Amino acid sequence: MSVTHPEGTEPYEPVFEGHRLEELNKLLTRYPNRQAALLPALWLVQRERGWISDQSMAEVAEVLGITPAYVKGVVTFYTMYHQHPVGRHFVQICTTSPCNLCGAEDVMKAFLKESGAGELGATSPDGRFTVIEVECLGACGFATPILVDDDFIESVTPEKVKEIVRKYL
Amino acid sequence: MGFPHKPHARETVVLSKYFGDAEARSLKGWKKRGGYEMLDKALGMDPNAVIEEVKNSGLRGRGGAGFPTGLKWSFMPKEKKKAHYLCVNADESEPGTFKDREIMRWTPHALLEGTVIAAHAIRAEIAYIYIRGEFTEPLTIMEQALAEANAAKLFGKIKVYLHRGAGAYICGEETALMNSIEGKRGNPRIKPPFPAASGVFGMPTTINNVETLVAVPHILKNGADWYKKLCLSNPKSTGTKLLSICGHIAKPGNYEVTLGFPLKDLLYELAGGMRPGRTLKACIPGGSSVPMLNREETESTLLDYEGCVEKGTMLGSGGVIVFDDTADMVYQTMRLTRFYAHESCAQCTQCREGTAWTTKILERILAGQGKTSDLDLLLELAENMTGKTICVLSDSCAAPVVSAIKRFRGEFEDYIAGRRKPVLAA
Repeated sequence: MSVTHPEGTEPYEPVFEGHRLEELNKLLTRYPNRQAALLPALWLVQRERGWISDQSMAEVAEVLGITPAYVKGVVTFYTMYHQHPVGRHFVQICTTSPCNLCGAEDVMKAFLKESGAGELGATSPDGRFTVIEVECLGACGFATPILVDDDFIESVTPEKVKEIVRKYL
Repeated sequence: MGFPHKPHARETVVLSKYFGDAEARSLKGWKKRGGYEMLDKALGMDPNAVIEEVKNSGLRGRGGAGFPTGLKWSFMPKEKKKAHYLCVNADESEPGTFKDREIMRWTPHALLEGTVIAAHAIRAEIAYIYIRGEFTEPLTIMEQALAEANAAKLFGKIKVYLHRGAGAYICGEETALMNSIEGKRGNPRIKPPFPAASGVFGMPTTINNVETLVAVPHILKNGADWYKKLCLSNPKSTGTKLLSICGHIAKPGNYEVTLGFPLKDLLYELAGGMRPGRTLKACIPGGSSVPMLNREETESTLLDYEGCVEKGTMLGSGGVIVFDDTADMVYQTMRLTRFYAHESCAQCTQCREGTAWTTKILERILAGQGKTSDLDLLLELAENMTGKTICVLSDSCAAPVVSAIKRFRGEFEDYIAGRRKPVLAA
């Protein structure tokens, strides 16, 4: 398939070719129209590329028969789609009320320090970690829950942070 | 059981019987525990008979609204002219609530069984289970269970698909969830039309919560009368309910009790009470969207739909958030409104502006720059945010503010009058 590139950018290698196109085609059988496969298609892009660039949005739009602007509207609505490159490990820390009561903000501070990210949304200088604060992860009885990439880790305390950081190279 | 703790003698363990039992996750293990027997029975029944049984049981939606499940199913067109859909709401994101997560983690086949029975009852060919994006572990477990069940061809003509969300609390609102399945932004739709007339892809649709659906096989197995008898107080509230307890409590976790159970006993007996040396200050009994209660109210509340309404709050999703005497109610109220400000889909002005300004005013108070008129301003804002928008997210932001000011006004006034040290930077 062909994708047009804005002038001066790197050539874009499409995501949906070969087995990934097959994977998408299989997803399409679940829905009565192509647009409905947008969320799963975006998840596929993020799995492959780590984030969703404008060029990827254009590719998804073309594959699903919708406009790039529409795709961007959807990408920007959902907080889990990255619109910028992130560190090798993306850390989400719940600080909503129930976890907040149990010391989630201390976990967050410990993570910012130990990971080297320093501040929320920033990536550590070694490129390992991007740390963000998120609203309710839905595991309030296991405060504080965090997500490191797809690993859901329960009952994190500031003391456990160092060890967690060490595990993710 | 009060997972992750051992079951308490006063729990009524029906839905949570196999929490913590990893063998129950596999098809073989689930069948060994009596799983899928009711599916075979239900698929052989007339759909209307299934609806009648569920109607008679008194089962009400466990996602928060408490709408009678059988009645909801009966709204689907009797004469089938178009495709029918079932949507399963596994977008559990209400702060304080973590019951559906445990159901999917430990008993994925229970959800699949309930889902297919419901799809049969409403004559749907396709069921979408919408799982929130952050639930990576439940998603993986559900995928494995679904693959096993599909390989064993258990579901007849009914197809079940998992659809992963991508981080949006609002997609737990039924019509926003449908938009999200359609590949759209998760904006709630104006009702009517209601989903039974025009739901996902414009077709007749029913949407049910995870916990609601896992109760259905038990109702078919033991009968509507058995379910109706699971009732400690008001006959309009039947069955068991999973209550997720979190915050300042000795043993946080999920506890399953018969509706009408005293909130006081849940806190002090089942969940082990307060942490050593602490006393109860406040409690939100039904997830962050319902009004909070003070200690006296909490200790006299019966946990069912009517019992909570009687105290000026709601049973909601059953997410019990506990605050002890160390909790700063002003800060925690701000933390809740910040959640809603972050999660507003921004369609309606009252919500988009109201949630943001409520949070800013609370932050100003916490920074020691509050004005005496701020509490009235917050209440006025809350008034304008209640009952005026497409969905209830805006109302849900107003509830903790109004209830906190009503019950803990002194704490707000302390910050405003400078009697309390600011906790946020100006």
